Amino acid sequence: MSRIHVTTKINGDETEFLCDAEATLLDVLRDELGLTGTKEGCGTGDCGACSVTVDGRLVCSCLMLGAEAEGREIATIEGMAAGEVLHPLQQKFIEMAALQCGICTPGILVAAKSLLERNPDPSEEEVRYWLAGNLCRCTGYDKIIRAVMETAADMRRAS
Amino acid sequence: MALDDTKKVKDFKVVGTRPNRPDGIDKVTGRARFGADMVAPGMLTGRILRSPHAHARILRIDTSKAEALPGVKAVVTRADFGDVPDHVADVIDNCMAGDKALYDGHAVAAIAATSAAVARKALKLIEVEYEVLPHVTDVDAAMRPGAPVLHEGAQQETVPEGYSGNVISRVEFGHGDIEAGLAKADRVVERTYRTGATHQGYIEPHACLATMSADGQGDLWVCTQGHYMVRNVCAAILGLEQGQLRVTASEIGGGFGGKTVVFLEPVALMLAKKSGRPVKMVMSRSEVLRATGPTASTSIDVRIGMKKDGRITAAFAELRYQGGAYPGSPVDMGSMSAFAPYDLENVKTVGWDVVTNRPKAAAYRAPGAPMAAFAVESAIDELAKGFGLDPLAVRLMNGAKEGTRASYGPTYPAIGLMATLEAAHTHPHWTAPLGENQGRGVACGFWFNFGGDTCVSLNVTPDGTVTVSEGNPDIGGSRASMTMMAAEELGIPYDQVRTIIADTGSLGQNEVTDGSRVTFAVGLATIEAARAAKREMCRRAAMIWGIDEEAVEWEDGAARPAGPNAGKFPPMTIKEIAAVASNTGGPIAGHHEVTAEGAGVSFGTHMVDVEVDPDTGATKILRYTVFQDAGRAVHPAYVEGQFQGGAVQGIGWALNEEYIYGEDGILQNAGFLDYRIPVASDLPMIDTVILEIPNPGHPYGVRGVGETPIVPPLAAVANAVSAAAGVRMTQLPMSPPRVLAAIQAAKG
Amino acid sequence: MVKVVLWGSLAESADGQREVAVEAATLRELLDGLGETFPGLRAELERGVSVSIDGRVYNDNWFTPIQPDSEVVLLKRLKGG
Repeated sequence: MSRIHVTTKINGDETEFLCDAEATLLDVLRDELGLTGTKEGCGTGDCGACSVTVDGRLVCSCLMLGAEAEGREIATIEGMAAGEVLHPLQQKFIEMAALQCGICTPGILVAAKSLLERNPDPSEEEVRYWLAGNLCRCTGYDKIIRAVMETAADMRRAS
Repeated sequence: MALDDTKKVKDFKVVGTRPNRPDGIDKVTGRARFGADMVAPGMLTGRILRSPHAHARILRIDTSKAEALPGVKAVVTRADFGDVPDHVADVIDNCMAGDKALYDGHAVAAIAATSAAVARKALKLIEVEYEVLPHVTDVDAAMRPGAPVLHEGAQQETVPEGYSGNVISRVEFGHGDIEAGLAKADRVVERTYRTGATHQGYIEPHACLATMSADGQGDLWVCTQGHYMVRNVCAAILGLEQGQLRVTASEIGGGFGGKTVVFLEPVALMLAKKSGRPVKMVMSRSEVLRATGPTASTSIDVRIGMKKDGRITAAFAELRYQGGAYPGSPVDMGSMSAFAPYDLENVKTVGWDVVTNRPKAAAYRAPGAPMAAFAVESAIDELAKGFGLDPLAVRLMNGAKEGTRASYGPTYPAIGLMATLEAAHTHPHWTAPLGENQGRGVACGFWFNFGGDTCVSLNVTPDGTVTVSEGNPDIGGSRASMTMMAAEELGIPYDQVRTIIADTGSLGQNEVTDGSRVTFAVGLATIEAARAAKREMCRRAAMIWGIDEEAVEWEDGAARPAGPNAGKFPPMTIKEIAAVASNTGGPIAGHHEVTAEGAGVSFGTHMVDVEVDPDTGATKILRYTVFQDAGRAVHPAYVEGQFQGGAVQGIGWALNEEYIYGEDGILQNAGFLDYRIPVASDLPMIDTVILEIPNPGHPYGVRGVGETPIVPPLAAVANAVSAAAGVRMTQLPMSPPRVLAAIQAAKG
Repeated sequence: MVKVVLWGSLAESADGQREVAVEAATLRELLDGLGETFPGLRAELERGVSVSIDGRVYNDNWFTPIQPDSEVVLLKRLKGG
């Protein structure tokens, strides 16, 4: 079976890869490109651990084919910090202990960043519903919600 | 090792603060390497073929077509493992079925191939001939004579005659005279409670990467709660020397008890051995749900008698736990913990361990205790409310304290139950107004907490910074806690210490990360290792100053002459001592190896408000507060995190989560869509109140905190839902259809 | 002699006694003594037990000292998650 040639942009870098027709974007990121920060928790779009953005839209990368990345712009957790400088959400998650095991953290950060880009002043309810597609089994979500709300407040003050 | 004197305990500089965790940046940037994130050159992909039947004899397995497929490098069945020592016989049988497949999803064969696509294709080429047998998945049905029997000859001598062979053991605890106590009661509540089987639900599926050489040396990278356990068990199964198998723990994406056993690991090692190539195996979510975890489902009878003033006169519970296809449900722990929060004259529990055609139960956070607490705390709530009494006051009246003889036998030392109850009773949450269709529930919970085998090695580098090596995977911030205790003891800043999780070649035996043991036991060993290093540094300073080493003491990160006769020398810091270590005898280190004891039991009280929609039966959690004794909260943010996470897992158990089996014995909800764990929009903030009653068995007073938080919520939520719905709920989960049916039945 | 409290169903294997006495100064002597005096206990002892000595729980630490007036209670082997 011949593989499909795909040209895309990942975290701002022009990227080419070959993938099988049935390979998901998640498979390609993890197994072809070594971007293992994006996690697989279910493979069925239920847990959000594989969250990335495609042309700015939040998606589960396990529900999208790698071949569909052609001509798109993909953003993953690996592109969130600018070199040594963490994104404010990343910094706040560490400071506020918003992670325990850390497996859901990349997906939650990608999703939360996407929320704050759309809505810089979300209510607690809006944060909870936006993140309802990202499962966390360790924290009970409390510190995650607080960290997102506080980051939003900090970013509003800074802008 | 005893609690340090009070003065010292008050002077903490690092313990009790909230520094950033050392693995934080790796985990927020995606750099942290979990089980599935590792690769090896030339590695193969391993996949498992699983039984589609709940109970079937395996008559024949023909792997020849699969082996002939290009790209297939090894095929493994149970026959490859041969005879194994008795203590791992059930373990390998669960990892790879022998004569019989005992549950839907039971592994029957495995393949290693050059790609996942080839492996998938090869699985379909394996021919398995089954003789399908009758099955049983319900605990009460499995106990009846005439039920299909999973294992002949597995029943212990503790079981009386007349029970199905699925009943493995019977156990009984307690003291006093139940019937005499019940006779003194003004009212007796007698009910049967049921809980569904739930899964630990860690977001990271099981994964490992195995290499096995022809000379008997192996390497394993694995997400586990205990890589030393993985080494020992795999070595026994594969006939390896423990010292020849090196296991490295990856970062672990949740465990909650579910990663305290092996599933893939022996199979991956066998595939690697047969293929001569590294083999990586990663479970899918449906494999995780069908073949790992879960906890026991239960059926529990309770009889409790109470005087009208609230005094409990007698308490009895009979607990039936099915633990899946092999003996070892957590009914022993359930039976010992059921009445542990109470001071009772007459108390008795009877526990039954039962096997069924379900995946073998693995430990799940305070294994066995939450279901027992659900039954007991529901009955106590019903009695208290029946007399119009304040349920917290009833618990304060009957609660266990120092000197109480526990229902499971021993006399309690200083414990924190009363402190949690008093804190709950005076908390504003307790008196906050409730609206229509709303209810409030409270419940107490208990857990034992463990210690166990523990090793820590602490090294002082030439520049005077410190590394700590420990052998327990960091599942929720424990590297931060160890770093803090080492810094505290050495009197140096937190950022001068780095803690790593060492592989099995680097330290002696370490017990699994379980039983809420790590902050207690590894912390204790870390403190002792630091003290050993301090003694050595004092000795070096004494040599340099030319005085007796007894005349040197350690304070604030430096050796100092102690007392007026020691001489006048300026303090010598850890950096100064480390810099000349090569001139004074060599590198400086401290280490400690111990079977840690004195973990200290743990108690908590939870309070929850809910609203029940009378038209749909749906429950919304409105407010939740956890009160728990932490002994000493080393990193309070992570203590709060344990309280919050445990409470929410308990909420899921109470309201949503359950294994659903069809008539055919097949698991019907093997995915996160249908096995629904709580999501952010289901919940409010989870408030926490940390109480600190120092544990006399730890130098800083630390008590394990991880497991107790899942014990009270099942009952607390049930008591709240029962109050809001106006009908007593006795079966979990309290899913909307079940609550609606109960409301409608009560209306008649 | 050390007094040892057995759990309810274990007493059935020790001639119905809830409390038995054995000569022991350590945990190892205690467990050996129990098995010798009450052969019915051996199956459970071999499966593994935990022992509470004055409120502290021990598993297999043989040389844990036991005083004649210590409170000693046998428990099922503790298992955690």
